[in-house]
Amino acid sequence: MKTIIKLSDIKRDFQVGEETVHALKSVSFSIEEGQFVTIMGKSGSGKSTLLNILGCLDTPTSGTYLLDGTSVQAMNKDQRARIRNRKIGFVFQSYNLLANTTAIENVELPLMYDSTFSSEERKKRAVAALETVELGDRMLHKSNQMSGGQMQRVAIARALVNNPSVILADEATGNLDTRTSFSIMKILQQLHSEGRTIIFVTHNNEIASYCERNIVLRDGRIIEDKYNSKILSAAEALEKLPKEEEL
Amino acid sequence: MNTSNLFRIALRAINKNKMRAFLTMLGIIIGVASVIAMLAIGQGSKQSIETQISEMGSNMIMIMPYDANSPGGVRMGPSDVQTLENKDYEDIKNKAEYVKAVSPNATSSGQFIYENNNYPSTITGVAPAYLEIRQLNIESGYMFTDIDIAQNNKVCVVGKTIVDNLFPNGQNPVGKIIRFNSIPFEIIGVLESKGYNTMGMDQDDVVLAPYTAVQKRILSINYLRGIYCSAETEELTPKAVESITKILAANHHISDPNAYDFEIRSQEELSTMLTSTSDLMTILLACVAGISLIVGGIGIMNIMYVSVTERTKEIGLRMSVGARGGDILWQFLIEAVMISITGGLIGLLLGFFASYCLKVFANWPILIESWSVIISFFVCTAIGIFFGWYPAKKAAKLDPIEAIRYE
Repeated sequence: MKTIIKLSDIKRDFQVGEETVHALKSVSFSIEEGQFVTIMGKSGSGKSTLLNILGCLDTPTSGTYLLDGTSVQAMNKDQRARIRNRKIGFVFQSYNLLANTTAIENVELPLMYDSTFSSEERKKRAVAALETVELGDRMLHKSNQMSGGQMQRVAIARALVNNPSVILADEATGNLDTRTSFSIMKILQQLHSEGRTIIFVTHNNEIASYCERNIVLRDGRIIEDKYNSKILSAAEALEKLPKEEEL
Repeated sequence: MNTSNLFRIALRAINKNKMRAFLTMLGIIIGVASVIAMLAIGQGSKQSIETQISEMGSNMIMIMPYDANSPGGVRMGPSDVQTLENKDYEDIKNKAEYVKAVSPNATSSGQFIYENNNYPSTITGVAPAYLEIRQLNIESGYMFTDIDIAQNNKVCVVGKTIVDNLFPNGQNPVGKIIRFNSIPFEIIGVLESKGYNTMGMDQDDVVLAPYTAVQKRILSINYLRGIYCSAETEELTPKAVESITKILAANHHISDPNAYDFEIRSQEELSTMLTSTSDLMTILLACVAGISLIVGGIGIMNIMYVSVTERTKEIGLRMSVGARGGDILWQFLIEAVMISITGGLIGLLLGFFASYCLKVFANWPILIESWSVIISFFVCTAIGIFFGWYPAKKAAKLDPIEAIRYE
């Protein structure tokens, strides 16, 4: 199995006034291709910092980070922008869709910053990604005409469209009700079954039971890293919920 | 990131905020429209002055006698100085380079009388070439010829003002004999009307006669009041002046330019003097209009600045999906330039329309020069870049981590 992410001895310090805050104190782990991992921890545990580093938005103070075989920590801003564009798909808690913009235009966005794509190719990829998240019939709906669940599915499609090495979900179900959360988890599990590598950052313990592997952070260190023996199915959980009106 | 995508992104952004984009454009629209209209007014009045001057003969050269006596003696006005002679005229006519027509000038003022009508005017003694120099045309009858000159014939060609005053009943003046200070002159032709010139002089108040007749039969003199020439083209005027100067200096045996007893003036000087006034006015008007254009540019900067703050989260998202700082910079810059150029184009049309209205309703002379259009267009682009740069730079410098969490 190919190693997608390899962190060794990652440290990240922040200078706050006179004081140095050690947000991450020597974090090392590897993630193999096709794994579905949660990174958990309370607020202040360093999970946001870790996510920023994993997502190439930030660089570690020391340590090495290999993403899909490429060393990231020495890259400059533009190189990191490029690697985010080609190898990473982000899903945010607050969806972050472009306002007043159609689903398909939102999904196309990462490809707009990749000059190797023609506009036909871009459209084809965006349509395929929207169909994967079961929004094939909502392509021309604008972001403000959609429900939270639909918006998050558009965001997942956007994260998929560049065929990334890893999908980073940051509290992706945090703004959603239980039912919608399950439907999002269902989609993520489905993507996982298709061989996608997914990292889900959350403070919600429940999410962990739907994932393959669970890393727990506290005070900038990994305190637990274990594989889940019994992975629950989000699709089944969704079935068990009392019937409601469709979203 | 290719450029067409950047344009697409900028277009989408403008499209989402049509009303705001339009209001931002309004400053530029008004600025450009007023620049175009003001320049059109300025250029129009300049052109009308130039047309009038060229109607007088834009390549005309006037040679006047000049009293070069040093201060202390009694100085005389040009009409009393007797330094220009018929020989000077003959020599210029035969030897001067770049000169296509030459006419001497001898004038006398007095009363013209026909039956019981009379009118005070000036009889101008000239050669037939005078018509070409002053761009005059014969409406009826004919111009006197070199034979009339040689024989000092008492014939004349008159302007419309003279005809109107001496022949109020509408008789045909050709063939009639009028008297000037009791000397009879036969009218052999009538000039086409030219109206008033820029300085308010009546160009039709004119009586032309052979200069020999004026010199010998009226004034009994053998010197000239002046010599009129026309250069081959307007551009060749300075060279023609140079050639004439040489001939006259040789004839008069004067080598020191300060001691010349003649003065040569070209129409160019007059035209420069008159157009400089209208140029000054044009510059003044354009400056006022230009200020409104700058205010419009500040409007763009203001809106772009607000827009960057408002779209911080969007910028963060774009960066997290792979937009580089440069991409963001270009996006906002293109947006600003698109707003200013679109505003500029609308302003251009509005400016054309305003100029047209001035022409039709206020009857002002209007001229839209292509350079004024090109300049306004470039100024718009420059304003877009200049005032869009700072907000765009601010957007490009945002940290994606902070931007995406910005609320």
